[in-house]
Amino acid sequence: MNWPRPNQISHRTWHVWRRNYSVYKQNWKISFIPPLLEPMFYILAFGLGLAVMIGDIELGGRLIPYTTFIAPALVAVAIMQNAFFETTFNSFVRMYYQKTFDALLTTPLNLEEVILGEMLWAATKSLIATVLMTVVLTLFGLISYPGALLLIPLALLGGLFFASVGMICTALVPGIEMFNLPIFLGITPMFLFSGTFFPLANLPAWAQQVAWWLPLTHLVALVRAGTLQMLDASLWLSVLYLALSTAFLVPLAIALMLRRIVR
Amino acid sequence: MAILKVDNLRKHYGKLAAVDGISFAVQRGECFGLLGPNGAGKTTTIRMLYGYTPRDAGILTLFDLDIDRDLRAIKRRIGICQQEDSLDPDLTVRQNLVGFARYFDIKKSEAEDRADELLHFFALENRAKDNIRILSGGLKRRLMLARALVNSPDLLILDEPTTGLDPQSRQLLWDKLAELKAQGLTTLLTTHYMEEAERLCDRLVIVDHGHILIEGRPKALVRQQIGHSVLEITDPDAAVRDFLAAENCRVEDLGKRILVYLDDGDDLFLRLTREVRAEGCTLRPATLEDLFLKLTGRELRE
Ligand SMILES: Nc1ncnc2c1ncn2[C@@H]1O[C@H](COP(=O)(O)OP(=O)(O)OP(=O)(O)O)[C@@H](O)[C@H]1O
Ligand SMILES: [Mg+2]
Repeated sequence: MNWPRPNQISHRTWHVWRRNYSVYKQNWKISFIPPLLEPMFYILAFGLGLAVMIGDIELGGRLIPYTTFIAPALVAVAIMQNAFFETTFNSFVRMYYQKTFDALLTTPLNLEEVILGEMLWAATKSLIATVLMTVVLTLFGLISYPGALLLIPLALLGGLFFASVGMICTALVPGIEMFNLPIFLGITPMFLFSGTFFPLANLPAWAQQVAWWLPLTHLVALVRAGTLQMLDASLWLSVLYLALSTAFLVPLAIALMLRRIVR
Repeated sequence: MAILKVDNLRKHYGKLAAVDGISFAVQRGECFGLLGPNGAGKTTTIRMLYGYTPRDAGILTLFDLDIDRDLRAIKRRIGICQQEDSLDPDLTVRQNLVGFARYFDIKKSEAEDRADELLHFFALENRAKDNIRILSGGLKRRLMLARALVNSPDLLILDEPTTGLDPQSRQLLWDKLAELKAQGLTTLLTTHYMEEAERLCDRLVIVDHGHILIEGRPKALVRQQIGHSVLEITDPDAAVRDFLAAENCRVEDLGKRILVYLDDGDDLFLRLTREVRAEGCTLRPATLEDLFLKLTGRELRE
């Protein structure tokens, strides 16, 4: 396998990013709706419907309303989904059906830059969704400042992590319908079992250990620590987990895409 | 000066030798044709020229730069119109051009001027704001060609630019290519239309199974290899065959059809139609298609 080298990456990577950004800008009115509406749906359903049955949740010695507990998890899930869906379905369509990558390769761009540009764009989509959701959640009074400012670097880090995971899927699937598999086996379980809707402590010990390895667990923990301003030293482990795996998965995604496309 | 030098280029896919030792050179200002049946290795050759497909062996030199050392500098100076449509369906016609210029680090204002110039040149102005998805095949092809020119390339590489076009669009593209050539643009062209190659190409190669079968100027090649004219006889009978057997001429018997390659004069044709039969006999000028079929055979490919 051919691993990408840093000297293959130039400023042209941003041209790929710009291409996706300019398409996104054209439909921003539609693109903005999900990150604005989705948290409202959840807050209404869980906050009005479920929270009254559950009451407060104890976290790090503090009692926290259930709605406040899930709000940061919704942001973490959005970070995951925006990046993952961008580098799976959307990148696959550009690569396979629209031949966008083929066209780009007739210009001075190389494939390493194309793939990295796609992943950076996916991380940007996570960031945009995070900012929009944060605005909504702030209006509901569910987020504290300045801790919430941590969401910006977290959205980029988590976005890049899940973008590379998605790109790896794109490099491996034979056809677009196969994305159902990683979604069913990865994204959906993570959505449910990463300390999103209930504290991990509620799980049996073995399941807690499994859940600890889920990347979304760490992203949820970090985002929640930011929005609730409950920072502690153990979070460095989560930062390390995401940073190190991203540093490995991004070049891996590029290498696998090269293996798929270069013939 | 050679703009492009291809030396002993090779590419294998498993056991298949898609390109099996191809060498040729394209001179400045020339239109060079790369002809061959389906699967001959034309697209594979072209893909290696811009580093899309890694080659197994061979030396590629463009603008006196080695492709391994200076790929980016080379790609900046070539325009490529791929065989498959790769326009950006998320963008309009004009945005396709302006956006593409960005990949060459062309400034926005310059890119917009260039886009308008090209829209005008290819008579696409009225469609500037249209979405790609609603364009007809001919318009898409025109836009692909326009896009290959946004960086004002020194070498234009066209992989079947006119396939699937109606006669009107093809004529328009031919005119445009002739105009570009008059401006001094060097072009490498693949096509399945022999008429197109005869018209546009100064020199050409015919490739089959990854090998070059012949190289030269189209008219001269036809003269040398086929002759001046071709006598075609449909549904030949024994009388016709006997008549031809007695003549000293080059005959290709296809069963239901006989081709006779003639060097000059219509003497044989006149005698045949007068003495044996006139029905089903036609005399026509020899074409590149005759040469192509003679060299690559008549069986169907792929
Ligand atoms: N990625 C690939 N993997 C395996 N075989 C390939 C690949 N690309 C091309 N080939 C094979 O290499 C041969 C040459 O293909 P190529 O596309 O270069 O032909 P071509 O001359 O452009 O044909 P056409 O006129 O149909 O476009 C064909 O037999 C083709 O099937
Ligand atoms: Mg081809």
